[in-house]
Amino acid sequence: MTSSIVRLRLEPMIAPQPSHRLLEIRNLSRAFGGVKAVNDVSFVVTAGRIHALIGPNGAGKTTLFNLVAGVVRPSAGQVLLDERDVTDLPTAERAQAGLQRTFQNLQTFSELTALESVMVGAHLRSEPSFLKALFNTPAIRQANAEARDRAEMLLQRVGLDTFRDSRSDAMPYGALKRLDIARALAAEPKLLLMDEPAAGLNPAETATMRDLIADIALQGVTVLLVEHDMKLVMSIAETIVVLDQGQKLAEGTPDEIRRSPEVIRAYLGGGIRRRRS
Amino acid sequence: MATGTTLSAAISLGAPLGRLAILSAILIVLPLSFPNPFFFDVAVKVGLSAIVCVGLNLLSGYAGQISLGHAGFFALGAYGTALLSIKLGVHGLIAAPVIATVVGLLAHVIARPILKLKGHYLAMATLGLGIIISIVLNREIWLTGGPDGLSVPAMRLGEFKLRAIEFWYWIVAAFLIVAVWLAENLVNSPAGRSLRALHSSEIAAATAGVDVPRAKALVFAFSAVLASIAGAFFVFAERFITPADAGFLRSVEFLTMIVFGGLGSTYGALVGAAILTALPQLVAAFAEYKHVAIGIVLIATMIFMPRGIVPTLADLFGRRVGR
Ligand SMILES: Nc1ncnc2c1ncn2[C@@H]1O[C@H](COP(=O)(O)OP(=O)(O)O)[C@@H](O)[C@H]1O
Ligand SMILES: [Mg+2]
Repeated sequence: MTSSIVRLRLEPMIAPQPSHRLLEIRNLSRAFGGVKAVNDVSFVVTAGRIHALIGPNGAGKTTLFNLVAGVVRPSAGQVLLDERDVTDLPTAERAQAGLQRTFQNLQTFSELTALESVMVGAHLRSEPSFLKALFNTPAIRQANAEARDRAEMLLQRVGLDTFRDSRSDAMPYGALKRLDIARALAAEPKLLLMDEPAAGLNPAETATMRDLIADIALQGVTVLLVEHDMKLVMSIAETIVVLDQGQKLAEGTPDEIRRSPEVIRAYLGGGIRRRRS
Repeated sequence: MATGTTLSAAISLGAPLGRLAILSAILIVLPLSFPNPFFFDVAVKVGLSAIVCVGLNLLSGYAGQISLGHAGFFALGAYGTALLSIKLGVHGLIAAPVIATVVGLLAHVIARPILKLKGHYLAMATLGLGIIISIVLNREIWLTGGPDGLSVPAMRLGEFKLRAIEFWYWIVAAFLIVAVWLAENLVNSPAGRSLRALHSSEIAAATAGVDVPRAKALVFAFSAVLASIAGAFFVFAERFITPADAGFLRSVEFLTMIVFGGLGSTYGALVGAAILTALPQLVAAFAEYKHVAIGIVLIATMIFMPRGIVPTLADLFGRRVGR
């Protein structure tokens, strides 16, 4: 069913240059009431790698994702995507610029089947015209057919082909997490933000998820991963940013992070060590 | 797996036209059972409600944006078309699309601020919109005739006066088929899928690249255009309109029709419009207590059949007619 032609489309057009600054966060801040959820955070995500963002609950990781995705507006600072300032762009336009994310708190399209949900992701680069849609023009039929092909291929890739025509209320939690990923991949992002993809998954599902994330990165999508499973993070992330109480605590390779005195101090009495065991 | 795929492909591709053919056949055969013109009149009223409901269902059923003001757009279409032809002598065939375009543009302009609101607030804002229109129609007696209503001369086409309700039945039936075709096309298009997506999560829809404010404004405008055209057909066929046709209770009726028929089901909207429009016309007891009955239908549907009659029956028979 999956033709090699369709598969090819997922390959990166050009090999990303390792030094390319795909995402740059400059002095980003956001407070909710008195809580400084994100406080003057800066870091760079280079193209073509798996990067991780870790930190205890409430550290501001999801808020940072929301700021990057444009769901939450910063009180200060900038977000640069592909070296272009997108701080004032709405969410949908950031998607056009190659950004996708998955959600910690699942956001499902409960009116749509699994296939249709993924098709919504695939529509990013297709004909959006309302008027043409009313008249089901050839352009619309072609957009539908292409989105359907892509969505079918992606459902297969995340192992959800059996749920093709299911609605979200008929799908288990783990399947919905993978559906969210398929929906994001359908938009062919350059950068994929993943918010706790392994949370709530059993060890077998977590292992599958790890392979999937590695595979996504291999296909040329840069991944920024928020995850509490330290074994998972340490094994696939090439760089790690540590957040604590809204501030950047440390940044480096997994080895550097493991040895960082600040990180050890912040996590003393639990945190990384407990979660690693 | 292979049969499953083929079957669902057949349902999603072949079936829309099949259903449209069945609807057309019903609308063609139906008049054979009409003993007198009164039934044509009822059928025209059903058809016009159905046209409004098909549009309202795109907005409220598929995109999840509740409107309690759609009778206002129906009235704008009716009064606008009537006044344009009475006061300025514009032919109805021109007046109707001109007014529908104006109503669509107006709806599109007010849609962005209104559709930023959610839930109760959106309902209140659309309610206010309907009430404003209704007040203007009641008060501006010099223009609209006020509460007494407005009489409209029969449309002329050359030497012919188009008075016969039978004639308008065929026009309304034809337009209803067009409206259903447009709506079903939309639902199964990228734009339609975006609307159904933003229904449950605007954030996820925006993340997927959907321009949420634009999508909502467009479907709001399109539903207003359908209501406006239905209003124009109403003055052509009935040649009389009162502000009551624009009132809050009419808006509630439209909403009840699509809830009863099944939110997010175009054919559900048709069934809801047919039953709840025809009953008060055909059964005197129902007519007398119409608004009480509408309320009871609404409550009973929410309790016993929250998904509406067509999706519920469709599931019962194991088919997916209602989707
Ligand atoms: N929409 C919001 N309104 C108010 N407070 C918020 C909101 N979102 C996040 N917060 C607060 O910001 C802080 C960081 O939360 P969050 O970004 O979800 O952390 P994490 O994802 O690292 O667990 C928390 O104290 C949280 O309560
Ligand atoms: Mg979080």
